[in-house]
Amino acid sequence: MGYGLLLSADNIDFMVHGLVEYSFFGHKVYITNTHVSILIVMLILMVFSVIAGRGFTKALKEEKFAPQSGFMNGVELLVEFLMNTVKGGMGKSAPIFFNYIATLFCFILLSNISGLLGLRPPTADYGVTLPLALITFTIIHYSEVRFNKPAQLWKDKCSPLPPWLPIWLPINIISDIAVPISLSLRLFANVLSGTVMMALIYGLLGWIATGWPAALHVYFDLFSGAIQTYVFCMLTMTYISSARGEN
Amino acid sequence: MEFNENFIFGCSAIGAGLAVIAGIGPGVGQGIAAGHGAAAVGRNPGAKGDIMSTMLLGQAVAETTGLYGLLVAMLLMFVKPFV
Repeated sequence: MGYGLLLSADNIDFMVHGLVEYSFFGHKVYITNTHVSILIVMLILMVFSVIAGRGFTKALKEEKFAPQSGFMNGVELLVEFLMNTVKGGMGKSAPIFFNYIATLFCFILLSNISGLLGLRPPTADYGVTLPLALITFTIIHYSEVRFNKPAQLWKDKCSPLPPWLPIWLPINIISDIAVPISLSLRLFANVLSGTVMMALIYGLLGWIATGWPAALHVYFDLFSGAIQTYVFCMLTMTYISSARGEN
Repeated sequence: MEFNENFIFGCSAIGAGLAVIAGIGPGVGQGIAAGHGAAAVGRNPGAKGDIMSTMLLGQAVAETTGLYGLLVAMLLMFVKPFV
């Protein structure tokens, strides 16, 4: 039964597909194309980091502190940019969280622009963005408990009203729970909307869509992906450093 | 009273269209942010980099509510929870 042009065109493809089915404690689960593209992204990142690390060890051993090649120059640029961003966002606790934020940044950035490689971006699957946000959520609340005294914590949670009148407490707790949800949904919906848009253009226009969608790829994949990566990392840093009480 | 599948899907499509109206708010908000960003660069051209990054961050956060509308529309159209 046809639901019109949009849903009857069968070459529109932006959904998650199960590729291999297997049984996990009696549940039917699938290896989806998200897993495949996430593994490819991780492989690229691993090869990149191994090569970059080799370059750095070699430079250290030979005591040549100027970058030796164009590739190492690029790596240095990336590390410097990440370092400045983390320092600007977190201040004193930047060295502790630099590894986490930089890993997050590289992974999300490569995931977002992997649409250019013909993959389905892994971040267009809610099962990828929610865990990323939940890691942030865990770090936020671990820091909050560790760096604040219980009395201060109670006072913060009742914050606009005095601590003996905890009417505002449930609202503060709901806004705490909303943090990972909004963090993950923002990334997910942005990448998903780009994926759907490109799939619609390629699926519905057919041969008309040759060449010029490259400009749309620049917007939907590169620009939007980079902005959302930056926003995700920036918000993670802001939340963590405010939980650590450093502002 | 019984409704058939097509009727429910048609109603879902109308609902998806209504949900995307949520895009108006972020559009206005991002426009305001961009306007103030341009004014700030005009007053203080030296701080262009900082202003740009703050503006983009704020705009991306403001975009969230519009994306929620988009997400609801997509769920109604492609996941079809009511059909």
